[in-house]
Amino acid sequence: MKPPPFDYHAPASLEEAVALRAADPDAALLAGGQSLVPMLNLRLARPSALIDLRRVGGLSYVRVGDGGVAVGAMTRQRELERSGDAFAACPLLREVLQLVGHPPIRNRGTVGGSIAHADPAAELPAALCALGGAVTVLGPQGARKIAAERLFLYPFTTSLERDEVLTEVFFPAPHAGSGYAALEFARRHGDFALAGVCAIVSNGSVRLCFTGVGGRPMVVDSEDPDAWQAAVDPSADAAGSADYRRRLVDVLGRRVLDLARSRSLR
Amino acid sequence: MATMLARGLGGRIARNEDERLLRGEGMYVDDVETPDAFHVAFVRSPLAHARIRSVDVSAAAAMPGVVRVYTHADLGAHAKPLPLLFPHDDMPYPSTQHPLAVDEVNYVGQTIAMIVAADRYVAEDAAELVEVDYEQLPVVVDYEAAAEGGPLVHDEFPTNVAADSTWRVGDAEAAFATAEVVIRERYVCERSASTPIETRGVVARFDRGTRELTVWDSTQCALPVRSALIAAFGYPEDKLRVIAPDVGGGFGVKGYLLYPEELLVPFAALDLRATVRWTEDRREHFVGSNHQRGQAHTIELAATREGVVTALRDTFLHDQGAYIGYGLITPQIAASHVAGAYRIPNVTVRFLAVYTNKVPVSPMRSVGRPQSNFALERALDRLGRELGIDRIELRRRNLIAPDEFPYPRDGLYFAGYPVVLDSGDYPAQLDAVLEAIGHAGFPEEQARAREEGRHLGLGLACYVEGTGEGPYEGARVFVQPTDGRIHISTGLTSQGQSHATTFAQVVSHELGVAPADVVVVEGDTDAFGFGAGTFGSRAIVNVANAVSLAAAEVREKAIAFAANMLEASADDLELVEGAVRVKGDPASVVTLREIAVAVNPIRYTTLDPSTADIGRFAAAREQPGFGPGDSPALDATAYWAPTSATWAAGAHAAVVEVDEETGFVRFLRYAVAHDCGTMVNPSVVDGQIHGGVALGIANALFERMAYDEEGQLSNASFVEFLMPYASEIPTMTIEHLETPSPLNPLGIKGAGEAGSITGPAVTASAIDDALAHLRIEVKETPIDPARLRELIDAAEA
Amino acid sequence: MTIVRVEVNGVQVEREVEARLLLSDFLRHELGLTGTHVGCEHGVCGACTVLVDGAAARSCLTLAVQCDEASVTTIEGLAQNGELHPVQAAFRESHALQCGFCTPGFVMAVTALLEERRGEILSDGEVREALAGNLCRCTGYQNIVRAVQLAAERLG
Repeated sequence: MKPPPFDYHAPASLEEAVALRAADPDAALLAGGQSLVPMLNLRLARPSALIDLRRVGGLSYVRVGDGGVAVGAMTRQRELERSGDAFAACPLLREVLQLVGHPPIRNRGTVGGSIAHADPAAELPAALCALGGAVTVLGPQGARKIAAERLFLYPFTTSLERDEVLTEVFFPAPHAGSGYAALEFARRHGDFALAGVCAIVSNGSVRLCFTGVGGRPMVVDSEDPDAWQAAVDPSADAAGSADYRRRLVDVLGRRVLDLARSRSLR
Repeated sequence: MATMLARGLGGRIARNEDERLLRGEGMYVDDVETPDAFHVAFVRSPLAHARIRSVDVSAAAAMPGVVRVYTHADLGAHAKPLPLLFPHDDMPYPSTQHPLAVDEVNYVGQTIAMIVAADRYVAEDAAELVEVDYEQLPVVVDYEAAAEGGPLVHDEFPTNVAADSTWRVGDAEAAFATAEVVIRERYVCERSASTPIETRGVVARFDRGTRELTVWDSTQCALPVRSALIAAFGYPEDKLRVIAPDVGGGFGVKGYLLYPEELLVPFAALDLRATVRWTEDRREHFVGSNHQRGQAHTIELAATREGVVTALRDTFLHDQGAYIGYGLITPQIAASHVAGAYRIPNVTVRFLAVYTNKVPVSPMRSVGRPQSNFALERALDRLGRELGIDRIELRRRNLIAPDEFPYPRDGLYFAGYPVVLDSGDYPAQLDAVLEAIGHAGFPEEQARAREEGRHLGLGLACYVEGTGEGPYEGARVFVQPTDGRIHISTGLTSQGQSHATTFAQVVSHELGVAPADVVVVEGDTDAFGFGAGTFGSRAIVNVANAVSLAAAEVREKAIAFAANMLEASADDLELVEGAVRVKGDPASVVTLREIAVAVNPIRYTTLDPSTADIGRFAAAREQPGFGPGDSPALDATAYWAPTSATWAAGAHAAVVEVDEETGFVRFLRYAVAHDCGTMVNPSVVDGQIHGGVALGIANALFERMAYDEEGQLSNASFVEFLMPYASEIPTMTIEHLETPSPLNPLGIKGAGEAGSITGPAVTASAIDDALAHLRIEVKETPIDPARLRELIDAAEA
Repeated sequence: MTIVRVEVNGVQVEREVEARLLLSDFLRHELGLTGTHVGCEHGVCGACTVLVDGAAARSCLTLAVQCDEASVTTIEGLAQNGELHPVQAAFRESHALQCGFCTPGFVMAVTALLEERRGEILSDGEVREALAGNLCRCTGYQNIVRAVQLAAERLG
């Protein structure tokens, strides 16, 4: 279980990174490596080159303001998890991050890396969708923003162009007094969930985003369990049938709403 | 109820092993430093059953950094099947694998070619370039289907049933014919594996100067590996040394003899006259190291209406995987334990060992016992429900009473011995575990939880464990003259069993030295030449007794020599804190070290003043000096060969909470009552039980080898094979009972595997109890949330 | 080949390595620091845990080149002046290790944990959650939990 050979670049600027990516469609970006390196070790990923973003400055920050939390793409997940300002503005983020792997994984794993990887069972993409956030990407033509609902297309596939690099993730803060919660069912603590959910409730509105039960985060703005079932599209695997996952969706939806409402100031 | 600790053994002392390991100074196989070594990677079959039309290694061999690529055709005299360890008359169709596949592969992971290269990265690159042309053959994965027909794993045999064996105690057929009540059910345990955190590994160094071959192997059996390699290579015994250094957990999988790599890596070292090394990676471990546990039992109990069990019949299928190198040991151990702790006078047990296109099976921790325990204990719960007798009361009516020992089961065999349970107090164990789990207050707790919508259940089960099998083990106890420390050498290996501490405690007990001043040397065929290894809960029974005998002899020698040195009568001497002194005259004293120096007529020319003036004593021997039969060392070697197995026993209980909506099960607490006779170090016994229980819970709820219909292992990683973390394992309470075994001087029984026997039965019993309103009966393990929900759905429908 | 300059256990080292070389292999085979063990090479077992810039990390999920200009602490760097670190001592006193293979990973993860949560009293459940991420097949974790609580108490 050793990585196959690849070329290695550690550009010092974003522009350089974009140029390298544009020049080699088979190159992969390396952020924290907590998803990419195991795939390399298993030789499931065979990039021609790695473009390591570690030397690119200015991509690691947590800024609270403008109605939300702006997070540099290379910010370690633990840094966001432990940020008091981010917690004050958007406590859902800490609750979600504590469900991501284990501390040593979050110490290395980056916020941007997790979003760009677009694992359909991951937690952070679900939080981004539940909050209605957006990302900023940089390409040869310059920067653009992509709203969360247009970002995640299929398993492990986003709407970024091949030559674009994700630079910032923006998590809007819910209205003051909103209730929030994140729950999941995983066999072991820290595992990818069989099913998970994030919820934001405020007077009159409800938003749920399920993870692990479809090809991408599944958003549904309803407290109606039938609507949840219409929104999700789980598949079967060794851990359980599609029907079993639908049952978990139902249980999660009810429990997450109870918890989120108990935290809302009505 | 606790018996007196035998002669002062039993200290909960910290381990001699730990400081080194905690500093990162352990020496595991992959830590062995070998400058200029070559590294191995294997080409393994991606198919479960196929004919090999051709193997083309030319591209791999041409890759820069590749030294040599071996296939079956390159093995010369070694191109023959690996040994069958335990032939048996009931096994007409044994098959073992070739080191490298010849023209057929029978499981995903089977070795086909060996790449030797400059480093492991390059070796893996080259392995990808080996082209194998396969003709796919029909695959048989399900062992029940395989037993009934289906495609043949080995087409040279008429059947997939490698063995069909029956044991009988009394006359079960007659008892069933006249039984008042009969129950019958099928209980299944799925395949799992030992999965030590250290994978396997072999380093082989050929010394061109001395022509010595040194093999470091993460094995539980260094001496048998040496014997096997001597036989394979025809190599002189004094030139072939096997070292099992620190071994990072074994749990049975490293006790198998002989894996292909254990032959191939030393073969390459000899062939290339070089050092060659291989460390198995985790993916290889899943498909290249043996599995266990897959068995389906159909069990019947005959009983009176009062709940007295009069007979047991069990027929089970044993999933053997593709080859049967370790014979019938696993199903035999399952069969030998099938009547458990109960007075069941009539037993018929039959098993079929069945080939499938999966990784071969050999013993893993508790070897077959969990499966027959699951069947028996589940059947007893069922019988209790059927008869309206509380499951605990039912067990009380059938447990063997303390005055019934020794309790024979003529017709069942364990490790070659007739089964004779030697001692114990089974009812006391049951009482102890019920007390520890809080059984008396549980109904109220359960009712209170139910009012909150929570489903709690209490599970319990009893077990016995045959331990301490022979044929023998030995030890040499030696007082080192240079530093006065006591050295113990044995033929064992250690994979975490704390030998360096427990054997030191035995010597400490005999010679009065501090355990920290005792050095245990093992895992090296140069250290001690006879023995089998560390498996089967046998090390402490055999070696502690051998150490005790040898230490007693050293003590006698020391006193005799000291009598001479101190010019006193031996009767007036005592050995206290590592020195012999005249009773009542503490100034007349010689240390063991001084005796060890004095006993050698050549003595030690030493600059150390403490022994330089050893001449002030009278000669350590009667004049005129050294005679025939004398030893220049203060040492003794002794062996212990048990006449029969020692039978440990116990009972476990647990409280679980079942989330009825999702099927998730959580342990709230876990209690163990356990009796392994005299404990040398109760902390070590605790540790063995803790680890065993965790494995039992893993088998009950989490771990399975998920083979698909094509024979692909779909969960061959730690991401999907769910070995529990600390977060999934409950805190345990342990109650020790100590009924000494009458079968050895120290009264010891083994403790290595007991903890992992009954987890599946206890867990299932607890889930049944939590969901009693639905009349759920868990009949298969692991029981994961999705499956439990299926049972709930079926019950609700 | 790429040059990597990294401080390991307080010592600055410089090596030319292949970009694909894992930090675990770099430590073990380039530097001879074999106390860091490798159990799975896919980030689940935690045996290879080391500290990178003070934070616990999987050395099998980190390329050596990613540690250029970083500082790495391994199990060999924990004892000070020959004395066991309080976490190491607590493991010994609590019989929290058997075969010892997973132990360096646990000790490193626990060291980071207690540094971060200094002064807190950790319940059994909190410790168990914090230890999730490191697999042990020998101990059933019970004595590891005790060792963590003991070390936490001593570190204050």
